[in-house]
Amino acid sequence: MRPIRVWAVARKEFIHVFRDPRSLAMAIAIPMLLLVLFGYALKLDVDDVPIVIWDRSESHASREFISGFDGSAYFSIRDYVRSYPELEHAVDSMQALVALVIPENFARRIDSGRSASVQLIVDGSDSNTATIAIGYADTIAATYSQDVALREVRRSGARDLQLPTDLRPRTWYNQDMESKNYIIPGLIAVIMMVIAALLTSLTVAREWERGTMEQLISTPVKGSELILGKFIPYFVIGMFDVLLSVLMGEFLFNVPLRGSIFLLFGMAAIFLTGALFMGMVISILTRGQLLASQLAMVLTFLPSFLLSDFMYAISNMPRPIQLLTYLIPARYFVVLLKGIYLKGVGLQILWTEAALLVAFSVLMVVWANLKFKKKLV
Amino acid sequence: MWERVKHMLIKEFIQIFRDTKMKGVIFMMPIIQVLVFGYAVTTDVEHVSTAVYDLDNSVASRELLTSFVNSGYFDIREYVATEERARDLMDRGKVRTIIRMNSGFEDDLRAGRTAQLQIIVDGTDSNTAGIVLDYSAKIVSEFSRKILQTQAARLTGSPQELGKVEMQTRAWFNENLESRNFYVPGVIAIIVMLITLMLTSMAVVREKEIGTMEQIMVTPITSAEFILGKTVPFALIGFADVILITLIGVFWFDVPIRGNLGLLFFATSLYLMTTLGIGLLISTVSQTQQQAMMSTFFFYFPAVLLSGFMFPIANMPTVIQWMTYLNPLRYFLVIIRGIFLKGVGPEILWPQMLALLAMGLVTLWLASSRFKKTQA
Repeated sequence: MRPIRVWAVARKEFIHVFRDPRSLAMAIAIPMLLLVLFGYALKLDVDDVPIVIWDRSESHASREFISGFDGSAYFSIRDYVRSYPELEHAVDSMQALVALVIPENFARRIDSGRSASVQLIVDGSDSNTATIAIGYADTIAATYSQDVALREVRRSGARDLQLPTDLRPRTWYNQDMESKNYIIPGLIAVIMMVIAALLTSLTVAREWERGTMEQLISTPVKGSELILGKFIPYFVIGMFDVLLSVLMGEFLFNVPLRGSIFLLFGMAAIFLTGALFMGMVISILTRGQLLASQLAMVLTFLPSFLLSDFMYAISNMPRPIQLLTYLIPARYFVVLLKGIYLKGVGLQILWTEAALLVAFSVLMVVWANLKFKKKLV
Repeated sequence: MWERVKHMLIKEFIQIFRDTKMKGVIFMMPIIQVLVFGYAVTTDVEHVSTAVYDLDNSVASRELLTSFVNSGYFDIREYVATEERARDLMDRGKVRTIIRMNSGFEDDLRAGRTAQLQIIVDGTDSNTAGIVLDYSAKIVSEFSRKILQTQAARLTGSPQELGKVEMQTRAWFNENLESRNFYVPGVIAIIVMLITLMLTSMAVVREKEIGTMEQIMVTPITSAEFILGKTVPFALIGFADVILITLIGVFWFDVPIRGNLGLLFFATSLYLMTTLGIGLLISTVSQTQQQAMMSTFFFYFPAVLLSGFMFPIANMPTVIQWMTYLNPLRYFLVIIRGIFLKGVGPEILWPQMLALLAMGLVTLWLASSRFKKTQA
């Protein structure tokens, strides 16, 4: 391998990149767009669930029960309805996601120490939101029942009885429970995969398609030199994207960075190398830009977005899918990023993930070199 | 005219399917996506791995732990003896929750004082953390109520029932709250958009890039015929993908179709007008396939993220919510979910269909008028 030939290819690639300012601008704009969207616009947290209430009891007790919903940050009362069709319309037209029906005998039953059933109707189409909303409503009911019980026991004699248990919740690593604090670090992994997919997956396929590969073949440049030369400019762009993402995380979104910034960039460089070479492998194997772009989408973007623990917790997935995620390099990088960002831990805890990332990158580099043949057929 | 369009169509189909791998991708991609979304994407929180730091180790503390386990939400991974061990397990991500009870927990309960327990959650995933805290609050409230009941019995000397609210929950449209019923119809919408956008924009630009556009321009084909030839094949592939995903959804995932399939196809054609139009527009502003691909993603990412496919629109800031009205995917998702899950028809879905029709006409008109200029 001769550095001068590598450099010659790299320079040619740099010229390609700069001659096409729009693609370059997009390579920077797409990550920023994703960061801004996830930082500002998108939330998985369920709060302010719109609810309508049909209070058929209209009593002190029912109003007290409703105040549990009113005071909760999870629900926002949209309307009080007075009939079943009204309630049905509110749910059908998506004005409300949840409807609560308090029966006429509510106060009577509660006051006489019996159980009163209330009905909760949820729009189940978005099952995730629905399940969470049901959980919140259950907790409000449980808390209310506990308060009712305490009051009754106090009334029957034990006047200064205290509530039996007190739950002290504490949150580690992300005290304010802000979703952006875990979305943004994970997003860096996704962004790098996307960039790799967009940039390198086309780079070799393009030479084949346009016929310029023949010219390259006739030069003395070796396969490995060509691949390395093509890798360098995209690595520079990719690292610039990482820098940009870290800066935006720091100054725009105030995501705490508790661990070592050197470890962060070191790991990012390793992951980016693997991702770019993976794009290259796709490009080498397909030889056509359309096909390469489709494959890149399926193999890089989708898994890193959905199966990496970036937004959807792997621990909640069914077992076979959990096993599948071990094959996805972005998974390890997401663990590393969240660990470095939020937990402030280092290699003594994250070494397995780091080792697996290195293995992934080495594998991709070797594979790209093995598959690339400087031959016409 | 039809003769020329026919030849153009034949040429396009040969070109797409000449590469056998391409066939695989066009049909494998939807299958993979629908499987991933059908199985993997869920925010249901269950079996949270938990460490217990029980300094009291009494009948009462164990009883409370049993109710945590019996809820199905918590799996006890380890009983730890030191705080350091608990911290270490959290740092390594082996557990996401720590339940801690200090010594004196049972004594406090007996004496009618408030007994404290601490729940520590890993906030890295704030969404899961919030749900875990909510579950714990519920379990602890129910435990308290049970304690109160025994206290009441002790006071009065006889078993005592205390007032209680029972929540009877019914989910409409998706009775068992299956997340696949929500995502699988949505996948149809996002796949069709991706396939048609990318194939259309890249197919046109490829002719420019490899120089065959000049050959087409010397043929008698008109630009309208050219546009038809470049869009119809991808519209057909889009329809094939709709059928494919619907079949997988219905026969593999048991997603219900409560509405009219004919309406689904009609709405799909309205939607395809828009996506093909946007694909053509991208092709008129791109010189290389790389540019076309980048521009497609620049449109596609926000379109998917701001459509209500994964993130509820109601949770977005108001200004962004207004922006989503310009997003064709938003309307198509309402239609497709309405047809699959709610079984509603045009009487409810007409505003969305009208919006798609208007957007389709505008984009197609814009695309073809720009297209003529760039060809000249």
